[in-house]
Amino acid sequence: MEKQNKKAWLYLLPAFLFLAVFMIYPLIDVLVYSVEEGYNSASQTFFGVGGYNYSYVLHDPYFLQALKNTFLLVIITVPLSTALALLISVGLSSIRALRDLLQTIYFLPYVTNTLAVGLVFMILFKKTAYSDGLINLLLHWFGSPSIDFIEGPYWAKMFVLCFYTIWVVLPFKILILTSALASVNQDYYNAARVDGTRRGRIFWRITLPMISPMIFYLVITGFIGAFKAYNDAVALFGTNLNAAGMNTIVGYVYDMLYGDSGGYPSYASAAAILLFVIVLTITCINLLVSKKHVHY
Amino acid sequence: MKIVLEHLTKKFPSRNKKSRGEVIAVNDFTFEIPDGKLVGLLGPSGCGKSTTLNLISGLLAPTEGKIFFGGDEVTKLPPENRGVGLVFQNYALYPHLTVLKNIMFPLENLRGAAKLSKEEMTKRAFEAAKLVQIEELMDRKPKELSGGQQQRVAIARALVKMPRVLLLDEPLSNLDARLRLQTREEIRRIQHQTQITTVFVTHDQDEAMSISDLIVVMRDGLIQQIGAPQEVYDNPVNLFVAKFLGTPPINVFSGRVEKGMLFIGQDAVLAVPGVPEGKVNIGIRPEGFIPREDGPLTCSFLRLEVMGRDMSIISENKYCESSVRAIINAEKMDFHTGIIHFALKPQKVFLFREEDGARIFLP
Repeated sequence: MEKQNKKAWLYLLPAFLFLAVFMIYPLIDVLVYSVEEGYNSASQTFFGVGGYNYSYVLHDPYFLQALKNTFLLVIITVPLSTALALLISVGLSSIRALRDLLQTIYFLPYVTNTLAVGLVFMILFKKTAYSDGLINLLLHWFGSPSIDFIEGPYWAKMFVLCFYTIWVVLPFKILILTSALASVNQDYYNAARVDGTRRGRIFWRITLPMISPMIFYLVITGFIGAFKAYNDAVALFGTNLNAAGMNTIVGYVYDMLYGDSGGYPSYASAAAILLFVIVLTITCINLLVSKKHVHY
Repeated sequence: MKIVLEHLTKKFPSRNKKSRGEVIAVNDFTFEIPDGKLVGLLGPSGCGKSTTLNLISGLLAPTEGKIFFGGDEVTKLPPENRGVGLVFQNYALYPHLTVLKNIMFPLENLRGAAKLSKEEMTKRAFEAAKLVQIEELMDRKPKELSGGQQQRVAIARALVKMPRVLLLDEPLSNLDARLRLQTREEIRRIQHQTQITTVFVTHDQDEAMSISDLIVVMRDGLIQQIGAPQEVYDNPVNLFVAKFLGTPPINVFSGRVEKGMLFIGQDAVLAVPGVPEGKVNIGIRPEGFIPREDGPLTCSFLRLEVMGRDMSIISENKYCESSVRAIINAEKMDFHTGIIHFALKPQKVFLFREEDGARIFLP
């Protein structure tokens, strides 16, 4: 028995070491950094231990801007992209003609490079000295004045960012939901049909509860993914996100470490811990809500 | 409610896209189900019995032919307007709803004049639950129920809207052997109590024989025989029906008719006056053998199987397509090993044409 135990630990060792070095140690290290006040990375010294780093970050207008941007992004894109994906998947599973073609088209963004997509969006939305961009061209047709989506007003930039995010996350959600829909036993629908159930009621009372675990999975991962948004913003607005007013929390952490005004691992760590707390809270709320509405 | 099927045919396009052929699942099905009867559609898998059920329910539309419920033609009606209750093979209970909600589900769909109040719906649901004896399970979810209980819930859900016709698709196939016996009695009881015309599909001849008023034996989309269970058993119209009904199965011999005598090998086993001479297939029910010293049929003894009330003598005859099984009363223990002789009960011996298996009736 004793020998067996040792053997088991031996087998676990590689994975355990890997996790310890690359997951657990950094996590603890971040926590330690975030409470070391006045840390100097050159001399590796600090003055004391306390909450100053947190207080600094929470009073930093750039952080507050990043917080606002991130929250807006999460609140807008997660429900919208999930609902849209559900709509498209239901549509896809109720047609027969062209289904394969449409599925492929909807899946294309998933296999496309984020930065390439960002460039395409720039071409669509950006106003330059030579052109107003394709979208503005369309807006002109409807008699609207041109809007600078990339360097213009805040709402326009937010719109592009949300639009871009939804477009990028949609394919994966559609993929998951179409397979979830396909796995619902046809007999449930037949039973409902014999009982004269209307289509809307079938959707709300049968389809939706049946695929609720998958929807829940998408919402949770969607929340976490959106909170960690960074490269989307970079792809659209360039690396100086603070100047564009479009920074995200992860972007702020990066800037604090390596940006032009960077070199503050303590502030970065504090911001990272704050993000962790936010994501943890939201996920807990999600889990609580899911107990009532998700049927396994 | 009487159900009439007229020249009902259902063709499915072939699954293989290259060949343009089609599969005829139900072929020119004409038959009448009398009001208030329990009818079993019986046949091996793939014979079209479930398709027939789905045509009656309206989930499938027939390629040709008509369906009448009572005097009304329902061929073109969607399932919800036919007034049918359907119990699925896997029960199809909604897993996220309680038993009560499951049973109430069909009632909640009613609209307009038929719309019921919440109390009325609950009352009706409890009435249906009482009929199938599951009132104490109303707050459970389907996965907290046993197979037999789920089956009852499914029946209650089918009955709660007071259908004109109750359809059951392989109702017992997901239950274990003991529960199967119990549940089939239960189905019989419920059908008697409600007097709803009921059609059920099964591949198990025991099941069909034991509870049906009428059985329809099907093969490859064609009706083979319709009749009361005992009648079909005693008077099969062809070799397929004879083989399909009865446990243990019928013994089939190849033999010939010569000068009004039936021969199995060299043994002249039975006088069959008036039957044309030539080769025939002979079906003998296991209970049709009488072991007797001077019996004409000679077999070599293999072994004995005792099953309490009666026993089987398993023996060998080279003209039989399997080993010969004879069921005799267990009290008669005086048989001998080695060669064994049987006399035959004429009413348990059936002759079939060798070419197509059609029954040759004695004139």
